[in-house]
Amino acid sequence: MPKLPSPPLPKALRPAPRRPGEPDEKQATTPIEVAADAGISVVDWIDERTSLSGGIRWMMFRKVPRGINWFYTLGSATMFAFLNQAVTGVFLAMYYRPDAAGGAYESVRYLTDQAFLGQLVRAMHKWGASVMIILIFMHMARVFFFGAYKYPRELTWIIGVVLLILTMAMGFTGYLLPFDQRSYWATIVGVNINGTGPFLGPYLSDFLRAGPEFGATTLSRFYAIHMMLIPGLIAALIGAHLYLVSKLGISAPPWIKAQEEPELRQTTL
Amino acid sequence: MNQAEKEAYLREYSILKNQGKPFFPYAVAKDSVMAVVVMIVIIFLAAMFGAELGPKADPTTTTYVPRPDWYFYFLFEVLRVMRNIPKFTDLATIGVPTICMILLFLLPFYDRSPERRIERRPVALAAGLTTIFAMAFLTYTGANTGSPNTVDLQPPASLTAQQKAIFRAGALVVGNSGCLACHVLGNNGNDGPGPPLTHIGRILRPEAIASTLRNPTAPMPSFAALAKQNPRQFYDLINFLGELQ
Repeated sequence: MPKLPSPPLPKALRPAPRRPGEPDEKQATTPIEVAADAGISVVDWIDERTSLSGGIRWMMFRKVPRGINWFYTLGSATMFAFLNQAVTGVFLAMYYRPDAAGGAYESVRYLTDQAFLGQLVRAMHKWGASVMIILIFMHMARVFFFGAYKYPRELTWIIGVVLLILTMAMGFTGYLLPFDQRSYWATIVGVNINGTGPFLGPYLSDFLRAGPEFGATTLSRFYAIHMMLIPGLIAALIGAHLYLVSKLGISAPPWIKAQEEPELRQTTL
Repeated sequence: MNQAEKEAYLREYSILKNQGKPFFPYAVAKDSVMAVVVMIVIIFLAAMFGAELGPKADPTTTTYVPRPDWYFYFLFEVLRVMRNIPKFTDLATIGVPTICMILLFLLPFYDRSPERRIERRPVALAAGLTTIFAMAFLTYTGANTGSPNTVDLQPPASLTAQQKAIFRAGALVVGNSGCLACHVLGNNGNDGPGPPLTHIGRILRPEAIASTLRNPTAPMPSFAALAKQNPRQFYDLINFLGELQ
């Protein structure tokens, strides 16, 4: 097993080596030391049963190659936009009622006009969607132009494309939920366009509409897809994506060339 | 990439990785700065532009203009353009978006060269830039197509100047009345549930068109009220439809 790098603490924070004559273990005496010891033993207790610390060290203290620049933050920025969507979405769900007879529109109306900070949270969800779409496309462009999808990272790319499609599907299903004129008619057109797709198109449309016609159950279906199905898939696939990124390492910028290790050159001389 | 190229890459990468810095805190610091920027942008957009709520959904209206969110403009524009070019209708039914999706999925399998520098991958560079410009252009035109309610039809050359003016006025009435929600006129509007109106002037005489507008088959709304309140517009409408030979 490869040796895990130790935490890169600044010198000032590294524990001082034991001085000669000092006892091996200092006994915790002050309340703060006792509390710190209790915290450490709780973490120890969990780690003894899960061995999580190895995984966390593997994830956090792995090395990233030389030359990493700001373009490499686009992926994590997309994930952060997704977290924003998840958190604001939970708050929106506390008020939303998926009732096509009028409850849905009324609940969004209440949320927008009456609920405390409701309009801000709804606007953050709405604009967060646009920001996430822009970021995911920029992330994809970065990966494309840096050739980062090539061996050995092909599977990471494929999962990324699935994530892109799921993100677009989130935008599509979420658009109906306010149930105003704009969302209603755009969704009808959208589902019809979906139905013109090859092979699966008509079945997909029937599935989305919950039948051959746009009806009362269509809204609950969009709601369930938007709230449960796709967010779960996205979260799981982000996990797989991140695992692969950590496992294979972040790709180096293509213009960086490896030099020989300077120490190696010295030893041969 | 053959086995030798794969091994060469892995060797090179392991050296670069060994010379790198730990993910925490160096990469995490950059990611955190970016996360703060993203949060600020989202809150700024939310506070500046808010989230509007339009009128309540009403399945009985036929005049509403469907508009998707802006990030679907390029998709809608592709479909609109494809539908309007007869040669490509078959291609459009197979689904340009489906083809693009499959191409995107399979990218690592048909681009197998070991070269990663974009300036030495001319095909990839051209394809990438073309895609970006095409998407930007389609989003732009999709945003500026105006309302899908405008009827983009030129009056026949045989008409006099006055008749052409009536033709244009009638096209405007059709657009504002939401006929395109159910009828197709040339390249405009949705094909169905109403019958296509592209050549309605060949099928019905103006008097027949007028009586159909007054007493339509449900779910089409009646235009009897328009005929009473604004006979001028009603006259333009009938003349316009009658000229669609």
